[in-house]
Amino acid sequence: MKKLLLVCFALLMVHLSRAQETFPVNGAWDVRSGQYAFTNATIVVSAGQTITNGTLLVKDKLIEAVGQNVSVPKGYVTIDLKGKYIYPALVDAFTTYGMPEAPRQTTGFGFGGRSGVPVSTKPGAYGWNEAIRPDVNAKTLFHVNATRAEELKRNGFGTVQSFVQDGIARGTSVVVTLADDRDNEVMLNDQAAAHYSFSKGTAATNYPSSLMGSIALLRQTYYDAQWYKGQSKEYNISLAEFNRTQTLPQIFEVSDVQSVLRADKIAKEFGKQYIYKTEGQEYQRIAAIKALNASFIIPVNFPAAYDVEDPIEARNISYAQLKNWELAPTNPVAMEKAGVRFAITSAGLTNARDFWTNIRTAISYGLTEKQALRSLTEIPAEMLGVSNKVGTLAKGKMANFMITSNELFKADNVIYETWSGGSRFAISKMELTDLRGTYTLSGTNLPASTLTISGTPGSYEVSLSRSGADSARTRGTITRTGDLVNLYFDFKNKPSGNIRLGGYIASASPITLRGDGIMPDGTSTKWTATYTGAAPAGNGGFAGRGGAQGNRAPAPVGPVIYPFTAFGNTEIPKAETVLFKNATVWTNEKEGILKGADVLIENGKIKAVGKNLSAGGAKVIDATGKHISAGIVDEHSHIAATGGINEGTQSVTSEVRIADVLDADDINIYRQLAGGVTTSHILHGSANAIGGQTQLMKHRWGVLPEQLKFEGSDGFIKFALGENVKQSNVPQQFGSAYMRFPQTRMGVEQVYVDAFTRAKEYKAARAGKNSTARRDLELEALAEILDNKRFITCHSYVQSEINMLIHVADSMGFKINTFTHILEGYKLADKMQAHKIAGSTFSDWWAYKMEVAEAIPYNGKLMHEVGVLTGFNSDDAEMARRLNQEAAKAVTYGQLSQEDALKLVTLNPAKMMHVDNRIGSIKPGKDADLVLWSDNPLSIYAVAEKTYVDGVPYWDYEKDAERQKAMKADEGRIIQKMIEAKGRGTATQRPAFQRPRLYECQDVEDSAYTVADNYNGMLQKQQGVDQQSQNK
Amino acid sequence: MNKKFLLGFGGLMLSTILAFGQATIMPAKPQAGPVVITGATIHVGNGRIINNGYIAFNNGKITAVGEGAAPSTAGATVVNAAGKQVYPGFICPITSLGLVEFESVRATDDETETGELNPHVRSLVAYNTDSKVIPTVRSNGVLLAQPTPQGGNMPGQSSVMMLDGWNWEDAAYKTDIGIHMNWPVARAARGRRAFAVPGQTQESPAERAQKQIDEFTSLFSQAQAYAGGSKPEVTNVRLAAMKGLFNGSKKLFVNANGAKEILQAVNFAKRFNVQLVIVGGKESYLVADVLKDNNVPVIIQETQALPDKDEDDVYLPYKLPHLLQDAGVLYGLSGIGFWRQRNLPFEAGQAVGYGLSKEQAVSMITLNNAKILGIDKTTGTLETGKDANLFISTGDALDMLTLNVENAYIKGKSISLDNLHKQLYRRYAEKYGVTPKL
Repeated sequence: MKKLLLVCFALLMVHLSRAQETFPVNGAWDVRSGQYAFTNATIVVSAGQTITNGTLLVKDKLIEAVGQNVSVPKGYVTIDLKGKYIYPALVDAFTTYGMPEAPRQTTGFGFGGRSGVPVSTKPGAYGWNEAIRPDVNAKTLFHVNATRAEELKRNGFGTVQSFVQDGIARGTSVVVTLADDRDNEVMLNDQAAAHYSFSKGTAATNYPSSLMGSIALLRQTYYDAQWYKGQSKEYNISLAEFNRTQTLPQIFEVSDVQSVLRADKIAKEFGKQYIYKTEGQEYQRIAAIKALNASFIIPVNFPAAYDVEDPIEARNISYAQLKNWELAPTNPVAMEKAGVRFAITSAGLTNARDFWTNIRTAISYGLTEKQALRSLTEIPAEMLGVSNKVGTLAKGKMANFMITSNELFKADNVIYETWSGGSRFAISKMELTDLRGTYTLSGTNLPASTLTISGTPGSYEVSLSRSGADSARTRGTITRTGDLVNLYFDFKNKPSGNIRLGGYIASASPITLRGDGIMPDGTSTKWTATYTGAAPAGNGGFAGRGGAQGNRAPAPVGPVIYPFTAFGNTEIPKAETVLFKNATVWTNEKEGILKGADVLIENGKIKAVGKNLSAGGAKVIDATGKHISAGIVDEHSHIAATGGINEGTQSVTSEVRIADVLDADDINIYRQLAGGVTTSHILHGSANAIGGQTQLMKHRWGVLPEQLKFEGSDGFIKFALGENVKQSNVPQQFGSAYMRFPQTRMGVEQVYVDAFTRAKEYKAARAGKNSTARRDLELEALAEILDNKRFITCHSYVQSEINMLIHVADSMGFKINTFTHILEGYKLADKMQAHKIAGSTFSDWWAYKMEVAEAIPYNGKLMHEVGVLTGFNSDDAEMARRLNQEAAKAVTYGQLSQEDALKLVTLNPAKMMHVDNRIGSIKPGKDADLVLWSDNPLSIYAVAEKTYVDGVPYWDYEKDAERQKAMKADEGRIIQKMIEAKGRGTATQRPAFQRPRLYECQDVEDSAYTVADNYNGMLQKQQGVDQQSQNK
Repeated sequence: MNKKFLLGFGGLMLSTILAFGQATIMPAKPQAGPVVITGATIHVGNGRIINNGYIAFNNGKITAVGEGAAPSTAGATVVNAAGKQVYPGFICPITSLGLVEFESVRATDDETETGELNPHVRSLVAYNTDSKVIPTVRSNGVLLAQPTPQGGNMPGQSSVMMLDGWNWEDAAYKTDIGIHMNWPVARAARGRRAFAVPGQTQESPAERAQKQIDEFTSLFSQAQAYAGGSKPEVTNVRLAAMKGLFNGSKKLFVNANGAKEILQAVNFAKRFNVQLVIVGGKESYLVADVLKDNNVPVIIQETQALPDKDEDDVYLPYKLPHLLQDAGVLYGLSGIGFWRQRNLPFEAGQAVGYGLSKEQAVSMITLNNAKILGIDKTTGTLETGKDANLFISTGDALDMLTLNVENAYIKGKSISLDNLHKQLYRRYAEKYGVTPKL
């Protein structure tokens, strides 16, 4: 025993043994060789190779030899590891170890990012946007952090990548060992990878304030950097550094699985291959993830169970949250099965102690141990370009390994030591006798009892029990210093009060503990505890943190649903061949409204319309007494987009694209199907004069975001006029918002004149094959307008501004496709008609702000009568699902014919979007986008019973009831499982209600991209229920 | 439709251009003589329909309602409503109608007083009879409204107002009927996929809510004591304003949507023995038994709304009236805001596709609302002795396809159905040389 302790002492001194040539030494040099021989161990060299009874030689930082027949040279400290294991130390590819604390985002946001600085104020010749920080090199900031290193080493990590987790382009990372040594000594790769994200972090620049802005900024940066290489006009450190770091591995941190797809679009555009660090939800779209052919870094921070005992509170847990709780632990195995290359990181764990529990949980769901080990060693090492140094055990590699009591993934395995760069970190002293077991405890004055020591060495758990008439149970506390032990406990009865025992390990086989103690009454005792057998599982009858969970075969899990939210499909529905018999068919064609007619759909198209059609193989639906209309088309919608609907930080943001931020998981896609909506035009908001590019989409519930897009449709862009653009309704306390030009309708005109003047110059400069002019995404979109390749839908209210834009368009040579909202369109309908500009308006909205003081519900009727192509839109997720009723208000107000009224929300918006060759009417050859109504579709009493998009029955009122039932049952099943999990003692969390974010025109921020949420909070409090109408 | 009505405005209406201007829309004169409406389909408001019915009223009161030929029409103005529908005037509770003219223009907003506890503040006096919005709402059959203060924990008191009158005093139908309260919400709300703000710890929402409830309890205990005592040493206008709650002359309108909040509010009202009305009640269907057992009615705010939760039935707000009807809870309906109250008939009609009968939907915005506001003795149904608050529509008034109000009467007064929107329509129809179809 004494010898062992001496060895320990020598080992503890090991970190002193380094010397660095260029560094002076105070006193005599103390250089030690650091030569160790680990013998008789089972050595897992790599996931694919194990050496039994092997020897590992370590010299200084490196492995000198590893193998079965390695002889131990003289001068080596020999450590016998008989019965123990050696594994390569783990590699964590995603940490901020040793980085300075990121400053909190305190300023720079406010109202939708408008109150930050427009252009970087950071000293130095950097680029304009502070979120682009490729110049940040982790190597210049890194500093060894012993406390944090210990936390990682406790879990067996010996190497980490570290970087500054801030900004969109985040600069370069380092790979370091976790040795407690001088910064110079731990560096393995001083430029391991370049890092990216969609989050602007602490940047004070107000742009971007939205996800689509982040994407646009990154894309523009790639183009700027390309241009920068071949020019000499500008000196810009950010672009130079951006270029310099392109050859490194490129790591992109994203949150949800849809963001992986978003980032990958950028990768493809610029010929990049990103490695994705995700939140571990790839299982939700595993096929799409596999198709990317990319590598991933995934976490194992599986969500904790929710407190579900209170049924009312439990309603606040979404179905997606429930399902994610159940399925998140299956993410690693889903990745493995799909053949996706991935590393596992400990990032994101609230408690580092959960790391192994969760790894074992993942294994219990089917992740193979081999894959797990590879994902924790070789794969991250390869990703970071350090596979020649770490990840496996081989001669010449770093002495990064761990010593374990058992096979690594066994539930009761103990990591004794983690060695990193030849530097030892002892977690639990393997030299010492493992005290775990059951003992009989007896002594003078001391009632005989059974002592159980469980847990892990270094973190023992103690319980005591006695049987018979005075049966009792209690927990105790043990502390151990080498061979000395201290133990105290309180039986609460006979005697009551703490019994304190001090003693030592008197014998190792069987283990006997012996010593003196003090009873609660002050009398002393001589005691002995003698080992009788192994400790029972389950911590001596007391619930622990569920550490043994990993051994249990998990209960089967529910299916993945598409999309991963309420009402998701277990399988994406397919197009049907259907014959609707004997309906009232609103054709929107010259046939008008046909009574007692049939409609046949096949292969996603309308095959035939007429009387007495033959069914053939089609499913027949009796539509007697029912109506069929074309699917409803919403010209102005803000659903199914994420990360902010406005990039309102600048007056011209034509570079941002809704196409980049479609959210296929938005429940409103489904809800609107239930209102007969089949196509929606998703617009940028109205915070600025030239907003972003829009996206036409079909309501295909369950598909990927890219598949929502209306194939081949023309590109559109959102413009806006009036109060939102000139920031009239921004509260005074957000004073600096007043700084953004324009603040008047006079200024709005000049924004357009200036933008299109620049666009024309840009077009000229870019013309010709040899043009070296910088590609500018903002001006490019405007040039497309000038070329009639992109079309304008312009948010507009009062006649003066409408007239103004018509004049600007005429003088600058572009066309306006649609005025949207256009509540005073009735005052200028003749001019709109003369310019062939469509009007897409609200049926009856007014009085919500000054510029709608003269908005009238007869607007649609008047525009229509003057010959303007007229439609009604929603700008509102609620109103959208009853646009049929809104159309009917043109009958209420102005007595428009019913046939023409329905066209306001079907054929006419289809024409505005240039897709009336595909949708908008019921005509053979057109898309089978249809609604089966219970009644006249213009009636308040009409219910959308079935809605088809491309012949696929995405909405069915009856099937929806079944769906709800199935969902309730599944929720119930998962909640039962949660209660069981809680019963086992796993951690839980309180339900927190996540209100779906609904966007309207004027919404200018999203809490995901800007921190200050107080504006919105304040507004909601102030206006309560009227909030909804504020945003038009 | 409105020829008759135009005649009422005499020469002014001969030219649509001359007619422009809200200022020419006159408040109605008191009923001058008996009126009998004949041949109509009469929706009584209590679920009953009278086909080919008549209704007679004089001096502002209904004198006879029945089927077939009217018993006596001598000396009366007879309105032939054959094929047309007669409804009790629709009643719009919980609204900012008359208190707000333009939502975003602070100067026109008299809806939200500063401070948390304002039981003494009264909406009555801010009701602007000259609002341009009011005529657009009554044109759709809404004839009574409850302008209600907003904001803070106790926004103030409301009154029931007629949608016609020279000033608030003569537009008042029943004054200071209730005190409004916003029940604190106990649940944590987060944005979807919001990034956590590091280092921000907050008081748990449940704790915050409980604190607020404790404050209410303390306030009500004091108000109850104040109401019970003789002349107080120091007058407190807030506590004095609450007196009516404890003697039954005022109701307590509590905004609460969550099931938990509703239960808390019911217990609270029981404890202080006050008449409770739940406003909002999105989850009221989950605690319908409790509401029924305690005779607590619910004013649903909007059927045309989205469900709160992704998991909810997509049509839940449409179905809510039917769920409460089935559960035996008394429920009424309000629209939202002020100008949108012209859609109140459609908000009611919306529930019909989802379980409610048409007459139940009519009751929801007539008799039920009247009961909840405590004005059912004088209005809410077309029954003898009640005020002649009614209108004639050429078609089903709950459906936008058929709603077309031809005549409307408040206390027997024939009110103008012109409004700013019709005027602007005529003005621009003139510009384009088209015929306005009102």
